[in-house]
Amino acid sequence: MFMPGAENFLRQAREIQDEELRKFSSRITSLLQNHDLGNDTIDCLQRLFLIVSATKYVRKLDGKFVELLQKVLCLPKCPEQIQALCAAILREMSPSNYLILSCDEIQEAKLLSLVSSILLAQGNQKAEVLAVGQRVVKVLEGRLPEGQSSRHLLPLLSKIISLSPASLTEDQTNLINKRMVDWLRYASVQQGVAQPSGGFFSNPRARQPGPITEVDGAVATDFFTVLSIGQYYTEDQWLNMQAFSMLRKWLLCYGSEGANSPNSDDRSEVDGSVMSMVSATSTSSRLLPPKERLREKAFEYCQRLIEQSNRRALKKPDGDLQKACLIEAVTIMDIICRQDSSYVYRTLSCLKILHGRISGDLAYARALLPIAQFFLNHSETAAVDSEAVYKHLFTRIPAQLFHSPMLAFEFIQFCRDNIQFFTENLSIFRRSFPNLFKLLAWNSPALISEFMDLLPAVLGADTAIEIFHLLLDLPCLAAALDIQLRSASAPISERATWDPAAKPASCLEAFRHPLYRSTFQYLLRIETAPRDSPERLAPLRQLLGSMASCPRVVQCADTVPVLLQLYFSVVAEFADGPLINQLVLVLLERSEQLYEIPAFKADVHRVLSSQLVLLCKLHPSLVVELSKELLEFSGTVSNIRNKEDIFTYVVWAIGEYMSVSYDKRCTVEQINKFFEALEAMLFEITQLRPSASIPKYSPRVITVLMTTLTKLASRSQDLIPRMSLFLSKMRAFVQSPAMASVYSEEDNEEILTRAAELMNLLKMPSVAQFVLTPSAEVASPRFHRDTNVSLPLAMKTASRLLERGTGFVPG
Amino acid sequence: MRRARARGAGGEERGDECGRGAPGSCRPRAATGLHFPACTGAARAPRRRVPAWPERAWVRSVQQPLPCPGGSIMVHAFLIHTLHPRPGAEAGLCRVLYSRVFGSERLDQSPEEPGPHDLEKERLGRKEQILAVARQVDSTCKLLHQASGRPASDFPVQLPDEPISLQDAPSGVFRLPPGDPFCENKTVLWLGVLSLGFALVCDPQENLMLAENTLRLVVKYLLEHLKLLNQGSDVVLKADKTEIILSKFLPHGQLLFLNDQFVQGLEKELGACLSK
Repeated sequence: MFMPGAENFLRQAREIQDEELRKFSSRITSLLQNHDLGNDTIDCLQRLFLIVSATKYVRKLDGKFVELLQKVLCLPKCPEQIQALCAAILREMSPSNYLILSCDEIQEAKLLSLVSSILLAQGNQKAEVLAVGQRVVKVLEGRLPEGQSSRHLLPLLSKIISLSPASLTEDQTNLINKRMVDWLRYASVQQGVAQPSGGFFSNPRARQPGPITEVDGAVATDFFTVLSIGQYYTEDQWLNMQAFSMLRKWLLCYGSEGANSPNSDDRSEVDGSVMSMVSATSTSSRLLPPKERLREKAFEYCQRLIEQSNRRALKKPDGDLQKACLIEAVTIMDIICRQDSSYVYRTLSCLKILHGRISGDLAYARALLPIAQFFLNHSETAAVDSEAVYKHLFTRIPAQLFHSPMLAFEFIQFCRDNIQFFTENLSIFRRSFPNLFKLLAWNSPALISEFMDLLPAVLGADTAIEIFHLLLDLPCLAAALDIQLRSASAPISERATWDPAAKPASCLEAFRHPLYRSTFQYLLRIETAPRDSPERLAPLRQLLGSMASCPRVVQCADTVPVLLQLYFSVVAEFADGPLINQLVLVLLERSEQLYEIPAFKADVHRVLSSQLVLLCKLHPSLVVELSKELLEFSGTVSNIRNKEDIFTYVVWAIGEYMSVSYDKRCTVEQINKFFEALEAMLFEITQLRPSASIPKYSPRVITVLMTTLTKLASRSQDLIPRMSLFLSKMRAFVQSPAMASVYSEEDNEEILTRAAELMNLLKMPSVAQFVLTPSAEVASPRFHRDTNVSLPLAMKTASRLLERGTGFVPG
Repeated sequence: MRRARARGAGGEERGDECGRGAPGSCRPRAATGLHFPACTGAARAPRRRVPAWPERAWVRSVQQPLPCPGGSIMVHAFLIHTLHPRPGAEAGLCRVLYSRVFGSERLDQSPEEPGPHDLEKERLGRKEQILAVARQVDSTCKLLHQASGRPASDFPVQLPDEPISLQDAPSGVFRLPPGDPFCENKTVLWLGVLSLGFALVCDPQENLMLAENTLRLVVKYLLEHLKLLNQGSDVVLKADKTEIILSKFLPHGQLLFLNDQFVQGLEKELGACLSK
């Protein structure tokens, strides 16, 4: 549909030179000066609009020409299309210094609206907002000439108050308050009549208009609202719709500041509002000052909307409008209650009934959010009932509607908006994080940045481990949700075909298979289950492997690394030793058990290994406390092959922190044990036999192993001769034919240099100890920020000193 | 799939819409005192890449203020732009075909009369903001299409004979954090019809359900009156029709609670006004 033709027009419009543009505008000038407001002019103005709007940069138009456009715009008989174009061009030119328009003299509502749109686009350089605001109120104050309607002005008024509420004086807001009451509450309940078309067949006898009806076709039971249906609408019914559309904004702007004093002379009884004098029925409310009176009428309007939204709409668009109205009505009631707490009890009972009515209907799920917001905002008064509302919201809605992007967005925004309250007061919020993660898993690109705000709020010492598992299983969760959704839509007959004895042939079958049912249920749990063991998920991860290439799962997997990083930075703030130990164990264990997406695994390993270092730094004792597990991990060759990153960092951590200077409990036996295990590893990977399938270990693993072994040796000095011997054999290793085929010249060089440096260090055990196990003071970042004082330099210096050899006495 | 990656893809601008002034600053740093002749061949600076994920999101204060009294509730802008939902399709750039900003963001009255350069900068800033929104809709739409699991080639570009169902059209919503590219939080609601994207930039407190209804309504009449399904050029050439449709269904950016009979009333007015 978007043809190259349009692209061409755009390009041409951009490429037009100033000279051509000048000619073009003089052509338009002559058309306009001849009062030609026909198709030619329309055509030209359309093109001119394209020229000025198609580029980001300001087009220079002659001041006289701009002036002419403004004059034409205000011509009494100017066709609507030309007006629209002139206004659009002037807006596109704005902010502009050539503007001479002013709204002061304009009487006609439509033109005032159009001119104002240009003035408001000027960025308020000359206080245009104030001027327009004053003019609009002035016109609304008076009576409009026959055939004109204020309904063009209400959206403009709404715009002005959102730009600058201070544009209206208190008297003016009182006036509008009164008008709002009339518009909202006292619109006619009879239908309007069709505008006589004056055509040949038009019936001269005006038919008696019938009463307005409800959305289900029944005769209206009460006053007119936006959910009232008529064949045609009267002017005041249009205004009713417009007034309700801007009501929330109005109340927010002018509903709360400074209460009217009770003996203010500006009472409704003496107001100039004709309509309310005639049709007001409530006597008590008529004694209220305008602001309070509007509040009351607005409240009644909302109550009526809630009642009307219970009717079955005959037309689908009206059904949609009912839902939007419900959301608006509840939000407005909330605002009213915040402004005047005497409404809270009435609202509470009304919303309780509403909640009972709609909570079972998923089509109304989005309306549950403003209801919950109400209970939150008035939780002190509504404490008893609110629990049920939150519980329903957090347990049911995400589980059932995770696949609705709009609901997911609104739900997460709702959580973000209230996050502080939730974390402090609402245990259900923190308990339902598995449910919240469903929203993320399914809508990950859209929600990731929002979720970054939520994750810290649900993280605590009690939830940290479970959330860690959940994050790592997020792609798995996305896959499971996909199956859940498909299973729900699969025909019943298909659902029943599985044979409980046989292995399920597909994921969909497995979903209902007794063998997997409980694991699926665990993965798709709605609340936290801290005592359950996440290890159960292993078979499920394998089963779901077939969905690893599913785009939604891949998108979800892409979000995990960044969330993990955030996770660790938050956990680091509160984690104590035992929790860190637990985390490290889970980390080592889960690094093996990840959903089978190669890029995902690599990313996660990368993040986990860097976080491992941070955890060790936070709690160095973990190396001693977890020595059994670390020994096991670092003594397994397959760990180098499958997760070299993590293996490398574990080995580094052992070398760094397995020392009495970090933990007094560290014994020589422990050091020796680690030494033996790591020595065996280094031996294993360096004593390669030439064969077809030599796995390549990166030179980094080799150098890190060598360094760690040297560090350990420096702390248990009986090991030094053994280590030196090992290091001296590295040359032979590097030169073996098997190595030559795997490592490059540079790699070999790297390994040999490091071996030589370490060997040299070991020749001076006390220096080695200083260099390899620096005291806390030396290890402080101050010494490492400057590369000239860091470990490699110390080692190089030591080497150089030794190589120079004789005459140097260490000490 | 990342937002930034997709965004970056839209970053290779052509000369005529050069990528100065990355979206991300409210007061665009673009056009720093430069004079722009006919834009062609103007110096091109590399667009600043947005970090892979908005990491600052969590650094920011977690607590969001409650809707403040007088908090703005309105539609800030409406735009129509091109969509290239096929990942990797280099069919062109994301182009804004029409945009309407309802009133400007700047309200601080500066003490001095602004010079012509300030005004140009301000206008440029608005255009940049709109372009940033269009790009993000484009990339979001790509991700959505991708996630749906349909092959890239499956995206309908032209369906000449079938009526378009707006209910099934790809649509979505996302938030723009403060400063990127608008000064304040905004919510963007979008709808994709074939190769056109339609978007409403709303304030965060806006009634999203109503905004959705309104967007569909506006798009329905745009498709009808601009003959978007047959002739490609009306969307750029017949701006008056777009303007008039907006003035009926989204006057000054005000969302209206229109029941079906109100809609029909406006439809009649629209017909009377556009058929002339």
